[in-house]
Amino acid sequence: MKRLLLAAMIALVALSAFAQQKVTLTIESWRNDDIQIWQDQIIPAFEKKYPNIHVVFAPTPPAEYNGVLNSKLEGGTAGDLITARPFDASLALYNKGYLADLTNLPGMNNFSNVAKSAWITDDGKHVFAVPMASVIHGFFYNKDIFKKLNLKVPQTKAEFMQVLEAIKKDGRYIPLAMGTADMWEAATMGFQNIGPNNWKGEEGRQALLAGKQKYTDEPYIKTWKELASWAPYLPKGYQAVKYPDAQQLFTLGKAAIYPTGSWEIWLFEKDAAFELGIFPPPIEKKGDTVYISDHTDIALAMNAKTKYPEEAKKFLEWMTTAEFASLYSNALPGFFTLSNHKITLKDQLANEFLSWRATCKSTIRNSYQILSRGDQYGAPNLENELWQVSAAVINGTMTPEEAGKRVQAGLDKWYKPKK
Amino acid sequence: MLDIRGSRKFPFFLIVFLGPAAICYTLFMIYPLAESLILSFFSVQPDNSYVFSGFANFVKLFTDSDTAPRFWGALKNNVLFFIIHMLVQNPIGLLLASLLVTKGKARGFYRTVLFMPTVLSVVIIGFIWQLILNPLWGVAESMMRAVGLGKLFQPWLGLPQYALPAVALISVWQFIGIPMILFYTALIGIPDELIEAAVVDGCTEMQAFWQIKFPLILPTIGIVSILTFVGNFNAFDLIYTMKGAFAGPAYSTDIMGTLFYRTFFGQQLQLGNPTMGATVATMMFLIILTGVLIYMFLFQRRVKTYQL
Repeated sequence: MKRLLLAAMIALVALSAFAQQKVTLTIESWRNDDIQIWQDQIIPAFEKKYPNIHVVFAPTPPAEYNGVLNSKLEGGTAGDLITARPFDASLALYNKGYLADLTNLPGMNNFSNVAKSAWITDDGKHVFAVPMASVIHGFFYNKDIFKKLNLKVPQTKAEFMQVLEAIKKDGRYIPLAMGTADMWEAATMGFQNIGPNNWKGEEGRQALLAGKQKYTDEPYIKTWKELASWAPYLPKGYQAVKYPDAQQLFTLGKAAIYPTGSWEIWLFEKDAAFELGIFPPPIEKKGDTVYISDHTDIALAMNAKTKYPEEAKKFLEWMTTAEFASLYSNALPGFFTLSNHKITLKDQLANEFLSWRATCKSTIRNSYQILSRGDQYGAPNLENELWQVSAAVINGTMTPEEAGKRVQAGLDKWYKPKK
Repeated sequence: MLDIRGSRKFPFFLIVFLGPAAICYTLFMIYPLAESLILSFFSVQPDNSYVFSGFANFVKLFTDSDTAPRFWGALKNNVLFFIIHMLVQNPIGLLLASLLVTKGKARGFYRTVLFMPTVLSVVIIGFIWQLILNPLWGVAESMMRAVGLGKLFQPWLGLPQYALPAVALISVWQFIGIPMILFYTALIGIPDELIEAAVVDGCTEMQAFWQIKFPLILPTIGIVSILTFVGNFNAFDLIYTMKGAFAGPAYSTDIMGTLFYRTFFGQQLQLGNPTMGATVATMMFLIILTGVLIYMFLFQRRVKTYQL
């Protein structure tokens, strides 16, 4: 009897110890498109290494994510790991004490400063999320059309315009598939895509932040001028052409070139019946450095009030490894790891995009960090303004100079750079 | 009636009858409305706290160099939106209704078909019309070309000077069924004897319409107008579906509803501003209230209603 009791007690202790060891971590995310990838590929790979930790991926629809997450954090019911939007949305959560400081997380040194810039305090001292992925801007082109018209992939701006003119002259295809109806394409796929070559990427972006450059300066005006020169090559009635229209125009093989970013790889490879090619934003003259927008988009943070900080940190640490980098970037072609690990991608287009990182200089969209807080101070939001003016410039209802003046005036209203 | 026994007892059953509705209405309509009106007198600080600021939000909305053009622009567009509805939707609705009351076999068919868009989802309407007017694959251009008007085709939804009228006309197309059915019921309520007597007296069809039917349906015209007014100044969904929260191009289709949405919920990198949003909502409330009061005191009280 005594022995039986002892055995039972030992079993009980062992069981409770086991129960203590098996920890469940929940990930909050807006990427409900990726649930399969997390459940079938990423989480099993992690659990294999850490059998005591069970991870659940629990996404919320993108449009509701920020609101739902805020209320969950306020109510103390949020998951242990939190997918973080870039810049101010996450910074606000960190400042309110909802996100843990991850500056000293082992493995953080696998990320460059640009990669971390989206999840860092303004003074650059505290990092509060592990960068996951970025998207790279560039141009897709239809290789079949290029072959048929005997065109060379343009490197310089002059060549780019010549190619557009040649396609237009031929008359069978629309040179450039883009519309201005949704406005964001004009800013994101236009202005922020070709602009870095004019403002020299990070150099220009930092100068804007420091107040040493203004949107009325030459590199910015020039970018808008270049955008305006696209107008004759856009589809007829482009003012009313929306994003899905342009996508279809390209995948149906009716347009030759499509300015966009790596996130389209999956859709284009699925829909296009022709060979796809890509090229980076054109430069002034051969030999110039190419600057690409390698925009930091998604990261993972830790809930400051999680019950299992050690386990959560283990997961985050694992996310800094080459294994995760390779797994994630391969599962989602077009979303690239922000780490410095050398990884090989199975998707050829994704590989080509990624190869630009070695030959080009990376920057991010210049309106995302700090500068788009105007609305908090009763001034216009810079990103929104860029949408408006870039679309208007292409539509011909605003001159590049007016665009620069309007954007800078809105910024000057509240932004006082540290001198 | 209640004083059956001569005592003045409070009619408690009235509370039972009115209670549920009064409670629901107070809880879900009056309370949020009051809360929103109060909110418009506060301003939100960068550290997320609310501070009482009196009329500062309103002053900003009317005078600030960034917000004022948006507000006045939205108000102007909204007035234009309303005028287009009054000039196009209601007369055509009346015309269709008077055609429907004439005898004819296809009457029931047309009545249903014309009312159909009204019961369709706005999202579907927006989608269909965007496809029709699409400059790349829309049928509008080829149809216009077939009748020799191809040169007149423009990407209307993308041009600042045409976008608002285009959206307004789509809205008219959708809601034409409502004035039509209201006028229709008013018209069939007019006794035939009245018209017959007039015809016997030598009255023409036109005269019968303008001098007998029209005065009789005047109260319905008032109701249709006020419904249009309230509906137009609350409108949001069609423009949001077709043009997004920015109501482009260059805010040319921006009306009070989209302005409110953008201000309150934010957009892309712009964070929502609850107090400024409440200020816009308060203005919408005041505009609609003014319109309804004008209707009630200047129109409804003066218009003659005939007991038939």
